[in-house]
Amino acid sequence: MATQTRDAAIVGIYEYPLRKTPGMSPLQIKAESAGKALDDAGLTWKDVDAIYDAGDGAAGGMGGLSIAEYFNIKPKVIDTTAVGGSSYEFHASHAKRDIAAGHASVALLTYGSTAHSQSMNIGTGGRGMGGGPASPVGNMEMSWGMTLISNYAMVANRHMHEYGTTSEQLAEVSVTTRFHAMRNPEAKQAMVDLELLPGAREITIEDVLESRMIANPLHLLESCIISDGGGAVVIASADVARNTKKTPVWILGAGEATKYPENDGDVTTSAGAQSAPVAFGEAGVTPDEMDIAMVYDSFTITVLTLLEDLGFCKKGEGGSFVEGGRLRYDREGAPALNTDGGGLSSNHPGMRGLFLLTEATRQLRGESSSQVPDARLAVAHGNGGMLGSRHSGSTIILGRD
Amino acid sequence: MAATDLPIPRFPEPDTEAFWEATKNHELKYQVCDDCGGIVWHPRRHCTHCTSLNLSWKSSKGEGTVYTFSIVRQNYFPAFRERIPYVIAWIDLDEGFRMLSNVVGIDDATTVHCGQRVRVEWLDQDGLALPAFTPA
Repeated sequence: MATQTRDAAIVGIYEYPLRKTPGMSPLQIKAESAGKALDDAGLTWKDVDAIYDAGDGAAGGMGGLSIAEYFNIKPKVIDTTAVGGSSYEFHASHAKRDIAAGHASVALLTYGSTAHSQSMNIGTGGRGMGGGPASPVGNMEMSWGMTLISNYAMVANRHMHEYGTTSEQLAEVSVTTRFHAMRNPEAKQAMVDLELLPGAREITIEDVLESRMIANPLHLLESCIISDGGGAVVIASADVARNTKKTPVWILGAGEATKYPENDGDVTTSAGAQSAPVAFGEAGVTPDEMDIAMVYDSFTITVLTLLEDLGFCKKGEGGSFVEGGRLRYDREGAPALNTDGGGLSSNHPGMRGLFLLTEATRQLRGESSSQVPDARLAVAHGNGGMLGSRHSGSTIILGRD
Repeated sequence: MAATDLPIPRFPEPDTEAFWEATKNHELKYQVCDDCGGIVWHPRRHCTHCTSLNLSWKSSKGEGTVYTFSIVRQNYFPAFRERIPYVIAWIDLDEGFRMLSNVVGIDDATTVHCGQRVRVEWLDQDGLALPAFTPA
């Protein structure tokens, strides 16, 4: 602990409350969220000197240019790292690094998407499947109909084959996140607005197993929802954080990694196995000290795999680790999982990594709708891209004084 | 191309052009580095093990094992919607490379399993051939 640094802290957050945003653009969601996150910190636009944004929702492929003008900010640092849903953990990692190096003092992370209103078929193909410019990987893979969910399902089948993991164990993840979502008024409203099955109520393992099979072995209720939404996070230097309105939530450690198919690769191990030891090592803490685990839940198998790779249990033991609702906020002996309801039951506008940071921050401030008493340490791990082939992973360790 | 045809590779694409050219003769080609002996897959110009640019094409026997798979039951893309349920799989070829493909020629998709032996089954379309796999 002696080497733990407190260079940068999350001082402002905002999560856009609506999951259906007709008439709104992604840029408008970003700007409204950014303004409210700055309000939350007691800062203003003119305090921001660094922008981190995945560049989505901008015309011409130059998101870094568009977003600075739209916000009317002339930043000293622009970072448009775009590696899928985990981009925001990468951004937090980079913001910590840039602030520690003295290149910036107030970093603004933004996200906005209208995935639901545009009727994006994110998980199950669509008319555009096989589109885009010619590429080596595209040419070798485009003919086989690998939907996003079937890519993740291939991880699940191998996990079941190697370790005896069951669909009942995977379903535990959906049951726990729905339990948390039912305590989150915005998530509950989302279930009504998006007409989620089987309605705005808690679900059982049986509900999950009886829901429609989308790609064996993954069912509908093991899949994240497709919503609109967005948010913003403000990260500031220690000097700035001393004078902001809320308890600073320090970024204690960060790790980044990528993974891709290899001839002798293990599909049940994600990029997280590389990023997590770096993050925990930098923070000088261990997984068993975590009160909160915000783990990217695109599908149930994502969570199981990432919990193992984060070091909460051994590879192959994720199934028994999540059994019996152990990861509920009101159970002791294991971290509370995705206490906002997660992508499975609260919101997933395509890239939900930013919400891992906002909910972890709420927990460490004592503001969550499923509050863990006296929560002090949290891990947020984003996974972007496709778990069963090429993806990115980033681990952020957060703590309060 | 009919709406029910599978999407096929597009050219020019210099890394994969020779692979697809060979499929016209139902040859499944992969690359080996002349300098370090490493297998390079997917096809590329450079060796991903050492820094060599000296790669040679070899012919695979087209026999391998299902590493993992999924039965796809929902896909809105017309050609795939037509084939539902179909089996997507990572296949470990005996020569040591792993490729994405479909397992075809089966009455019951639920019989496909990890570790299942398969062999290449060529699907001719639009002047080239797509290497699917069928139980051996």
